Amino acid sequence: MRVMGQLAMVMNLDKCIGCHTCSVTCKQAWTNRAGTEYVWFNNVETRPGQGYPRTYQDQERWKGGWELNRRGRLRLRAGGRLKKLLTIFANPLMPSIQDYYEPWTYDYDRLFSAPATQDTPVARPTSLITGEPTKITWSANWDDDLGGAPALTAADPVLRRVSDEVKLDFERAFMFYLPRICEHCLNPSCVASCPSGALYKRSEDGIVLVDQDRCRGWRMCVTGCPYKKVYFNHRTGKAEKCTFCYPRVEVGIPTVCSETCVGRLRYIGLILYDADRVEEAACVADERDLFEAQKGVLLDPADPEVIAGARANGIPDDWLEAARRSPVHQLIFEYGVALPLHPEYRTMPMVWYIPPLSPVVDALSGTGHDGEDAGNLFGAIDALRIPIGYLAELFSAGDPEPVRAVLRRLAAMRSYMRRLNLGQEPDESIATAVGMTGEQVERMHRLLALAPYDERYVIPAAHAEQGAQLEELGCSLDYEGGPGMNGPFGEASGAPAPVAVENFHALRQRQAGDALDRADELHGRVNLLNWDGKGTPEGLFPRREDKP
Amino acid sequence: MNPLDLLLWVICPYVALTVFVLGHVWRYRYDKFGWTTRSSQLYESRLLRVGSPLFHFGILVVILGHVGGLVIPKSWTEAAGISEHAYHVTAVVLGTIAGACTLAGLAILLYRRRTVGPVFTATTRNDKLMYAVLTLVIVLGLAATVAANVLDGGYDYRATVSPWFRSIFYLRPRGELMAGAPLLFQAHAFSALVLFTIWPFTRLVHMLTAPIGYLTRPYIVYRSRGPRTGAPGWEPTGRR
Repeated sequence: MRVMGQLAMVMNLDKCIGCHTCSVTCKQAWTNRAGTEYVWFNNVETRPGQGYPRTYQDQERWKGGWELNRRGRLRLRAGGRLKKLLTIFANPLMPSIQDYYEPWTYDYDRLFSAPATQDTPVARPTSLITGEPTKITWSANWDDDLGGAPALTAADPVLRRVSDEVKLDFERAFMFYLPRICEHCLNPSCVASCPSGALYKRSEDGIVLVDQDRCRGWRMCVTGCPYKKVYFNHRTGKAEKCTFCYPRVEVGIPTVCSETCVGRLRYIGLILYDADRVEEAACVADERDLFEAQKGVLLDPADPEVIAGARANGIPDDWLEAARRSPVHQLIFEYGVALPLHPEYRTMPMVWYIPPLSPVVDALSGTGHDGEDAGNLFGAIDALRIPIGYLAELFSAGDPEPVRAVLRRLAAMRSYMRRLNLGQEPDESIATAVGMTGEQVERMHRLLALAPYDERYVIPAAHAEQGAQLEELGCSLDYEGGPGMNGPFGEASGAPAPVAVENFHALRQRQAGDALDRADELHGRVNLLNWDGKGTPEGLFPRREDKP
Repeated sequence: MNPLDLLLWVICPYVALTVFVLGHVWRYRYDKFGWTTRSSQLYESRLLRVGSPLFHFGILVVILGHVGGLVIPKSWTEAAGISEHAYHVTAVVLGTIAGACTLAGLAILLYRRRTVGPVFTATTRNDKLMYAVLTLVIVLGLAATVAANVLDGGYDYRATVSPWFRSIFYLRPRGELMAGAPLLFQAHAFSALVLFTIWPFTRLVHMLTAPIGYLTRPYIVYRSRGPRTGAPGWEPTGRR
């Protein structure tokens, strides 16, 4: 057994309102630079829909992730090492900018510089790729809220897999939102695809990162990732991907997408896994067994044997404590409501989802039934083939059973808690029907519905003895306007700018501290408007250290 | 040997070699982040998928041919029982085909670079200089081969150019050998020296980090959060 830590995330899809705040704040934090205009480390897709980039889930076409060869061993779907090297000069499976979208800006200057005319001047869109005037035909969420349906929705690869006969009947349409970040997989095919060995998985917390100094821009990771969450920065010629906001989680604060999530639907916690069993689990013959196999790799942090193994592998005790309190572990195991996205890609994704009950509730309420009655809900979950089949294609390789089980638990929680809210006697039979106790249901309700901040995010900070190393860890992503931005060898050449982790510590203190914002910094300042120019008021000049 | 020949065939090669080696060391230390192919595939892939493999596989064969012709002494191939004629025919046929592929690939890539808007926008002045020198070297090399064999009926560069090339590395440079070579060979060799001199400062550096190690590396790379120390820290797990 080789115990490793993994920071994992769970997203509760029932609470996602599709506001895109996570995407916007992530973009502001990480990808608001030239060359990454089209890069969305976090994006929110409407399902059914084509996703971003378009139809990325169609692995017949894009060949991301792993498959089993004839001997039952894992191999990269896009081809092994030799094939990768032979196609390195022109990657035949890389999406083009048109499969994402051509980023644009507007010619705002025209609004000011246009001469006075009868007509209001218009800011025309300009392509950020060519610099020419352009026509906007696609974007990162063009089919948001089923926009363009049913014509666009028909191209959803997941919907096509559900059934050939399923036509998107607008009367009975269902939809939900799927926020996506990098899955930080246990068996990452992007890492395996990188010829340079620049992509790596951190052994402490499992975050998958691109070493910007080792990346040579061979682009194989873009192909390798079945979720298409590694992007190519077309200005620097390097791969970039979601960093799980490592400078933030290292000091114990959640990722930007989680922190700013309006619906409070994201959970971050540490889970422990056995690195030696990952490959074996990814090799399970039947795709539908992958979900259970993936759970089998994760370890119980309360098990003394696991604790001993973790200590032997250098995992500190406060991390083990965090693993025991992990909301992610609870949601996967104790409550059993979190499912991985596309386990059939065999990458062991570590961003988990609680599938939405709302399509079922909506369909039920639409027919005039009580959408919160346990009996009605259980019946509807069994009867509504299309939403269940669709969710199963997303979260359990097409097996409806795990999805059905989760939805039944969510339905049970709804009706159990409604009785409590209405002042009725708790009905233990509702909890028993889904294999839980009433007390468990109430705790699950607290975690899912009330979602207190420090129960949603249980993030152990990186260790003090490692802290010194962290402080000047190079982060090659912070480049725009940096010292080497106009280096002699093209875009962004030159020495990397360091990440000052102290800033993040300060941020954390400001967020968590009792004092008023920046109160200490304002102390001793002088309001110059009140100064009459005579004398030297206290605080106007810095104190002299060497005064005798 | 007159001073010009001394400059061209003794001093310049050492300058080029020194700049090539030290330039790469310096660039690797100073500018790892800029060390990339700066691929433009995201913008355009139809032309690239024809031109780029044509050029790269062509130039790989050309490089192998140069190693065979320049590094391996004539006496060795003769000792191995390969006659001058057999060597010559193989070299000319293979060389011409590979050279033509390289040139055709380069032509497609240059056409693409000039006509596809985003690709042209992403082309730096540095790139333009590099393309000019690279094209010159390839054209002159192909011209030298064709001219020597088609027009003159063959030139045995293994008696002049090759010993000169090796003598540089023996540190007993024999510039006079090169001084007597035909003009096209001289031009090709000198333009190549220029290319080697600018090499470390262009995107051509990607060739020195060709990812051969990928063939033997474990698939999943684990690395500790700590600073990088010494050798790349990947630790294998499982069976891979």
